[in-house]
Amino acid sequence: MTATATGAPRTAVRPVTTSRGYRFELVKLLAQWRIRLLIIACWIAPAVFVAAVSGQSSLPVDTTFGRWMNTTGWAGSLVLLGFAGSYALPLLTSLVAGDVFAAEDRLGTWRHLLIAVRSYRRIFVAKALASLTVILLLVAGLAASGIAGGLLAVGNEPLAGLDGALLSPGDAAGRVVLAWVCVLAPTLALAAIGLLGSVAFGRSPMGLLLPVVVALALELAQLLPLPVAVRLALPSYAFIAWTGLFTEPAQLGPLLIAIAVSLAWAVVAAAAAYLLFRRRDFSNPGNEGSARRALVAGALPLAGLAAATVAIVAASTPSMGSGIGQDKVQRSVATAFAHLYRLQTAQLNRPDVTEAQLAATAACTKGGGQDLQDGPGNDWRCVVSWHLPDVAAVGSAIYQLDVTPDGRYVADGDGPKEVNGYFQVRTPRGDAPNPLWQFDGNVELLPTTPKGQNNAGNTP
Amino acid sequence: MDTPAVRARGVTRCFGEVIALDGVDLDVAQGQIHGLVGPNGAGKTTLLGLLLGLATADEGRLEVLGTPVGRALAASGGVAGFVDGPGLYPSLTARQNLAALAKLNGRDPRAAGIGEVLHEVGLTDVADDRVRGFSLGMRQRLGLAAALLTEPRLLVLDEPSNGLDPAGKKHVHAVLARLAAEGTTVVLSSHRMDDVEALCSEVTILATGRVVFSGPLSKLSTETQELDYRLRTSDPEAARKVSLESSGVRVVDDPGIRAGAEVLVVRAQVPGLDQLVAHLVRADIAVRELAPVVSPLEAAFLALTEQPEADR
Repeated sequence: MTATATGAPRTAVRPVTTSRGYRFELVKLLAQWRIRLLIIACWIAPAVFVAAVSGQSSLPVDTTFGRWMNTTGWAGSLVLLGFAGSYALPLLTSLVAGDVFAAEDRLGTWRHLLIAVRSYRRIFVAKALASLTVILLLVAGLAASGIAGGLLAVGNEPLAGLDGALLSPGDAAGRVVLAWVCVLAPTLALAAIGLLGSVAFGRSPMGLLLPVVVALALELAQLLPLPVAVRLALPSYAFIAWTGLFTEPAQLGPLLIAIAVSLAWAVVAAAAAYLLFRRRDFSNPGNEGSARRALVAGALPLAGLAAATVAIVAASTPSMGSGIGQDKVQRSVATAFAHLYRLQTAQLNRPDVTEAQLAATAACTKGGGQDLQDGPGNDWRCVVSWHLPDVAAVGSAIYQLDVTPDGRYVADGDGPKEVNGYFQVRTPRGDAPNPLWQFDGNVELLPTTPKGQNNAGNTP
Repeated sequence: MDTPAVRARGVTRCFGEVIALDGVDLDVAQGQIHGLVGPNGAGKTTLLGLLLGLATADEGRLEVLGTPVGRALAASGGVAGFVDGPGLYPSLTARQNLAALAKLNGRDPRAAGIGEVLHEVGLTDVADDRVRGFSLGMRQRLGLAAALLTEPRLLVLDEPSNGLDPAGKKHVHAVLARLAAEGTTVVLSSHRMDDVEALCSEVTILATGRVVFSGPLSKLSTETQELDYRLRTSDPEAARKVSLESSGVRVVDDPGIRAGAEVLVVRAQVPGLDQLVAHLVRADIAVRELAPVVSPLEAAFLALTEQPEADR
């Protein structure tokens, strides 16, 4: 190596290209043992978890699709998706995006990086893209591993949707993959919040924890009886709204709104992070971010975005109530019951009967009919009625419902025992609980019309 | 006449209400090793940061390699170095750190001379070890290697001797001397006066953001007041008598030198010292050692940087 001699031609320094900066950031990220460990864990642990749980007699029935884990290989990945939205994805984005800027503060390498790259914008873009790449790799691992574990342990069997209808393995596969793709939007929002925290707080642990703290706060908010417009305006709703893909017709309205909101949060948080990064004075060793700056440049724009999205959703849809009305509950329960009745009929080797023939209806009341017939609660009670061909009598069964504020519910059979009591039925994979005993359902929070519900519906 | 590698006129840089640099003038010729010394907080790192293009001056004019520095990160090409320690990634090996840097600059790591620069700074044996386990001195040498990889025309180094053992210091000094001989300009800051004296042809002393001296080391020593010298001779008693009789020379009782020792401490300016040596030789006294107790640079540094304190 020789240095260029005196009198060499003068050249203005050119910033490093974004693609080279991206590769540089990726090399640094993938060299960290923590990131390597995460990648390995995300590609192996879900398969082990799903396979192990699917083989047990006691299933996680309090989780959506948990009760189907030993019936079809597609349920395990969805159980994992529910868990990932609450815990895994916020944590993963924290560890990757929440540290990507702070790591340079911790290592004291900012000045080196700036001299080497010579462009704030390209450094920011390269870091954001590299952390996004790693996060996508982790999410892909969670999805693929969970699916593989379920298929290997249980098999490629039909999946019962949240309306009770059986989805063919191919249909289930498409919807499961689509559900994972949908949660990329809120994951992006959390990743951008991670970038914001990493830029704003420097080496402070608060920056690393920000996505987890925000995700926890948003999840707690989803547990509150908020108006639908507020619920949909929070980026975390997309972690819940994917369940709408597993009804017929799919509940796409809330899902698309939630995805749009998540992407808006991702853009605003990333822009705020960039502005904070650009304003930082790297020549001043004492300048490493401040809480006041983070509040003004980071939290306020996001609060403004939340207010704006609430206003837009409220203005575009009449959705300032809970979204859980008596009609919707009745339609949902009757539809699910009719589909699951057919499943039970098949499992008990009885003559098939169609949903149209059943003409199931439900009469639901909340709080014994005394309260307002609206909103979440575990005091919903439904009486389902149905008809059988060539039988004059009308069948009737009772369910107790626990409806959560996000529209999901568990229907618990309360008799007659022969219809919705607990007993084992024979399935191709062994004995399983009566499908009409307990089942999960989903009430669409946005206003709906009763179209597409076949012959199942509410009481006239 | 060659364009100076660095030319600063009235450069001022503030951090809030703190004035880090206050009207700094600086000229560094090409191919020169220029030392930057000063007490903590004098503005050395800030000035080096400006040379590297990390920031711009609030006032004044700065030209680096003939190009005016107008905005941050837009310094002239051919400038490399580090401030506040080298930027290295501990999870990568020494070779991977350099390879990543070479790729960042669009070069093929296999043809970038990574092996050569590692050899030059004496890190060949640990080239494939992770930097996490490196000592401070090894990191300093790897930081220098990273700078060399870009084939700079101006090398800016902040405290390059920090943590170096004698072998490491030898490597670094040899590299810097070779670069200067080949025409590369080196601007370095250091608290080690012996390093600055050994390496630099010119020096700038900063105090509270201002230049209190800038020029050749030889000029610095003649401008200062008389210095204390350790004098070791074949006959200490006779040497003491000769010293006492020599004009312009005073014998100092240095508490650091034990009674009855063969060493004498005398205080004189250079002409007086020359006369003393002549007298000793005429008196048939062999001079075995004659060296400043405190180096001229250190003495000047203390005198110049403590002066403002005394004025207050």
